[in-house]
Amino acid sequence: MSKFGGSNNKKEVPALSSGSLSDIVFMLLFFFMVTTQLRETENKVIVKMPQASEVVKLERKDLSSYINIGTPTRTYQAQYGTDARIQLNDSFKTVNDIRDFIAAERESMSEADRGLMTTVIRADEDTRMGIITDVKQELRRCSALKIFYMARKAE
Amino acid sequence: MGKKKTPAINSSSTADIAFLLLCYFLMTTTMGSQNGLSRRLPPMPDPNQKLEDQKVNRRNIIVVKINSADRLLAGSEPMDISQLKDKVKEFLTNPLDDPNLPEKTMTDIEGFGQYPVSKGVISLQNDRGTSYQAYIAVQNELVKAVNEIRDDFALKNYGKPFLTLNEEQQEITKKAIPQNISEAEPKDVTKK
Repeated sequence: MSKFGGSNNKKEVPALSSGSLSDIVFMLLFFFMVTTQLRETENKVIVKMPQASEVVKLERKDLSSYINIGTPTRTYQAQYGTDARIQLNDSFKTVNDIRDFIAAERESMSEADRGLMTTVIRADEDTRMGIITDVKQELRRCSALKIFYMARKAE
Repeated sequence: MGKKKTPAINSSSTADIAFLLLCYFLMTTTMGSQNGLSRRLPPMPDPNQKLEDQKVNRRNIIVVKINSADRLLAGSEPMDISQLKDKVKEFLTNPLDDPNLPEKTMTDIEGFGQYPVSKGVISLQNDRGTSYQAYIAVQNELVKAVNEIRDDFALKNYGKPFLTLNEEQQEITKKAIPQNISEAEPKDVTKK
């Protein structure tokens, strides 16, 4: 009691130090930097992933290349129609371009990692299997055999 | 006594700067929720190779077909997707050693010993008009069947579910219960 109830009891309350506020925000910042990843490409197709209960996590994200399949977004519908299209990197492509895409992806990896390359198929749930079968056949021809069907985890 | 101590730098704005950075990262990044089903495609057959090499005994194969209306045919009977898992489980385990279900071969598994490994192969065929959703749902059921059998194996031999086993035990379990899902050459399932 004597410690706090001294003679300077009536002095004004010191201002709250806001110096640590920045530390807190920085901590938040680091949290988001670690848990999220940079969006590399802009999505030009609408992808609503199908649900599955037995999903596994994708390992080695750095070794995966993405093939997006779905209906073009609103802005591109006038140009590309509403049929399911393939998007590689940042543009609409056809099945024949997959070969070059895979070759380029392979080239950018180190020799040791090439065997571990995974092709992630990110397709919309309403896509017909025809286009996906074509993609799969093309991947087999390029011998990119590890594939990963992306899906949402069902509760 | 002439000099007083230097006044502290006002640090209240560092929080704002950090907030700006935070907002930047929130806008440009995505949460990594990358889940899915991992698969291995069969290599392209060698054109010089004779087709006879791929002969698989009839009893060792179960054909799962999905037509363009997303209807399912497993073995030779049409069924609902909810029945598929049990059908596949029965096919892979063959508990009564039915001569119409896959045979088992005693295989020596390193670190475990002899185990009758089923030779069953699930062949998945789909039509060009099948929806991706139905395809993934079927794939999911097949994986679920295999996972459940692996879980049974793990519980029986190690007393723990498959996912809590250590790496070596998981390898043994995977060898004892292989996941043989073959995605056949595309062909039209629906006859016009």
